[in-house]
Amino acid sequence: MDLSNAQFTSIFHFATEQGRIIVNLQYINLAICLGFFLVVVGLLAFVIIKFRQRPGDGEPHQSEGNTKLEIVWTVIPAIIFLILGVLTGVVMSSVNPPVGKRQPDVIVIGHQFWWEYRYPKYGVVTANEFYLPVGTDLMLEIRGADVIHSFWVPDFGQKMDAIPGHPNNLFLKPIREGIFLGQCAEYCGSQHSLMRIIANVVSQKDFDKWIASQRAVPAMPGDQSSQHGRELFMSNTCVQCHRIAGTQATALVAPDLTHIASRKTIGAGVIENNLENLAAWITNPQQFKPGCLMPNMRLSKSDAHDLAVYLENLK
Amino acid sequence: MTDSAQTHHSFNWLADIPEYHGLWSWVTSIDHKQIGIMYVLSSLFFFIAGLILALIMRIQLMLPMNHFVSQDTYNQVFTMHGTTMIFLVAMPLLFGFSVYLVPLMIGARDMAFPRLNAMGFWIFLFGALLLYFSFVGGGAPAAGWFSYAPLTEKGFLSNPGVDYWALSLLVMGIGSVATGLNLIVTVLTLRAPGMKLQYVPLFVWMVITTGFLVVLSLPALNAAIIMILFDRLLNTQFFNPTHGGSAVLWQNYFWFFGHPEVYILILPGFGVVTEIIPVFSRKTLYGAGFMAASTVAIGFLSFGVWMHHMFATGLGFSVLYVFALSSLLIAVPTGVKVWTWIATMWGGSIRFATAMLFATAFIIQFTIGGLSGVTFAVIPLDWQLTDSYFVVAHIHYVLLGGMMFAMIAGIYYWYPKVTGRMLSEKLGKWHFWLMVLGFNGTFFGMHILGAFGMPRRVWTYPNGMPIVTALNFFSTLCAFLLAFSILLFFWNMIYSFFKGKIAGDNPWEAWTLEWCCSSPPPPENFDRLPPVHSRRPLWDLIHPEDRPESKLKLGGHA
Repeated sequence: MDLSNAQFTSIFHFATEQGRIIVNLQYINLAICLGFFLVVVGLLAFVIIKFRQRPGDGEPHQSEGNTKLEIVWTVIPAIIFLILGVLTGVVMSSVNPPVGKRQPDVIVIGHQFWWEYRYPKYGVVTANEFYLPVGTDLMLEIRGADVIHSFWVPDFGQKMDAIPGHPNNLFLKPIREGIFLGQCAEYCGSQHSLMRIIANVVSQKDFDKWIASQRAVPAMPGDQSSQHGRELFMSNTCVQCHRIAGTQATALVAPDLTHIASRKTIGAGVIENNLENLAAWITNPQQFKPGCLMPNMRLSKSDAHDLAVYLENLK
Repeated sequence: MTDSAQTHHSFNWLADIPEYHGLWSWVTSIDHKQIGIMYVLSSLFFFIAGLILALIMRIQLMLPMNHFVSQDTYNQVFTMHGTTMIFLVAMPLLFGFSVYLVPLMIGARDMAFPRLNAMGFWIFLFGALLLYFSFVGGGAPAAGWFSYAPLTEKGFLSNPGVDYWALSLLVMGIGSVATGLNLIVTVLTLRAPGMKLQYVPLFVWMVITTGFLVVLSLPALNAAIIMILFDRLLNTQFFNPTHGGSAVLWQNYFWFFGHPEVYILILPGFGVVTEIIPVFSRKTLYGAGFMAASTVAIGFLSFGVWMHHMFATGLGFSVLYVFALSSLLIAVPTGVKVWTWIATMWGGSIRFATAMLFATAFIIQFTIGGLSGVTFAVIPLDWQLTDSYFVVAHIHYVLLGGMMFAMIAGIYYWYPKVTGRMLSEKLGKWHFWLMVLGFNGTFFGMHILGAFGMPRRVWTYPNGMPIVTALNFFSTLCAFLLAFSILLFFWNMIYSFFKGKIAGDNPWEAWTLEWCCSSPPPPENFDRLPPVHSRRPLWDLIHPEDRPESKLKLGGHA
């Protein structure tokens, strides 16, 4: 898949206001830990060099301890950790404002083994790849559909568990445009490692354009193979799991396919989305993602091709 | 050594003790030393199994999009690796050390309940075998070593793996509670005349704290496991959110056990290091009172930090914040220990035998693990780092670089007492340096992998990430070095058992009671005991001027 313009990621990179604050705390904590480490290693190195046994040494002076020193080495770390504790509280409350009656901008639902994104304000539903407008204060609601997943895009500053029966909120204000990669961080079964997240942060204008295109109902197919593909889709078990707006396929068990052709990848980031790959995926998804919940459709080669042509027209 | 410390029975080699001849004498044994040895040997056996599983994972992760094993196999492998290392290696190792050493260190003939002790071992061994039977009995568990619900529900993992996991842990958990209780009662009731509680060796002090943690925390796991078995076998819905159960409930139960468990594993390691460092520095422990008090403080606090495993579950600010503060607080008594070890070495005359080398590396590696632990207590950083490879690095720095290094130091230190023969120092030093390189090479880079966004428990990672690939490749190479160093260690133990130098009663010139009987100790340990007036009865025999009452006689001049 071509994600060459995706951003290199680490916990020291950030694409959101929340991430910026948390990265600052990373540096403070790193400095404190490094300080402690250097003191311990420095003292040990000194002790090892200075006090190793030398020939002719008798038993050294026995020292039971020194209460004052022991209190000092208890209290000083306690004060440093207390400071870290205060900073923890300050950062927590600044990145997670109270929810109140606020409605989520995006509902993120972790499924075995893909991500569903709903935009309740626009009536848009999509899967695995989603868009956010830059510069806006957003609240995401994170849900789990089956088992526990965890929504983690490192550039967003934090992860949040997707727990069935226990919806969570994640706040973010994107400050940088780009494609940001993430993936499920809580082990969720067979295909945990192939449950990727592709987050597109775009300008408000591009975001509005994307929303408009996602809301449009795809036109009836014109050419023959895609008409045949549509008939196959509607007459097979596809409709029992997938939804395509404007048709009788309305199930929300598996990814919404209304605009599947607008996505870069198939199977939550497993393979690039093109006609050939899609036909192969339809024929036998288990070959790409063993353990995924889509069965082998047992279609003939030409049927699979027609079905893929139909789906690739759903822009 | 004075006459008072001599025993009538005296042996030079474990194989010379007639009572220990024949398999039957081991199977039917209620002797704490035989049971201790069997615990340690089983632990080392499963250590090899866990190591092989680890190498399978490292080969799979050596290159991106590798297909050495399938994803489903990989999931079973990491589940079995974690479960093996925690429950089949670390737990029996610490119990083995405890039941072997505690009676000797407090001058007792055996544990308070010798039959309960034997039951604890055998129940552990059969529980462990039950877990491994899953490989041939329908599929190994694949829910991770902490088996998060609702993935463990029948609807998501229908093969019997999770049932094996649950039954085996339940059986072993019952044995652990029995042994924990036995250790507490032994220390409280069977100490030698004159050995007040403040005179017990620090290892014993830490073991009794561990005993309390075992008795108080394992029942939470046992109860939760029964609930999960009910869910799977009797269709109850304790952890199934779609039918009114709660997924978070399992996490609360599991970590209420799971965090004390971390201290159950590490405290005996602290104890071992706290015995070794003074002996090889030729000094009494600096600030023993603070050391003992910090152990008890850790014991209490360990019951108030479990939610730091759950910071990304979205529980409310006030709940999480309390646990952030308690998790930072527990770092303070842990830090006290590090300063105490360094201060004990300060001004000493340090002999760097292999045991001391391992103890020294332990301090550094445990400090790294402790500091990455502090990082998890700072909640916003935990939101980034939890469930990433940073956690994998952390747990291995604490448990392998920490606990296992301490226990290996302990094996170098007490092997002469147990077998009557010294381990080869030459092989030992090779083992030490290769293991330090292998361990740090394997795991240090994992901190960075986590920081680059690699989640834990992934079977593979995408192409086109050169740094991630390089770090994984290097880690795999070092894992083989680590495995090789452990082979050397096993070779050393086997070779030295037959060819090692005869140890004698007290090869390290140590001062706790186990060193006053022969090596190996005879079946009932002691005929007579030296008087106990301090933490170091054997030192007092040679240096009567250091005894508290002689200092008094001298009118405070000393």
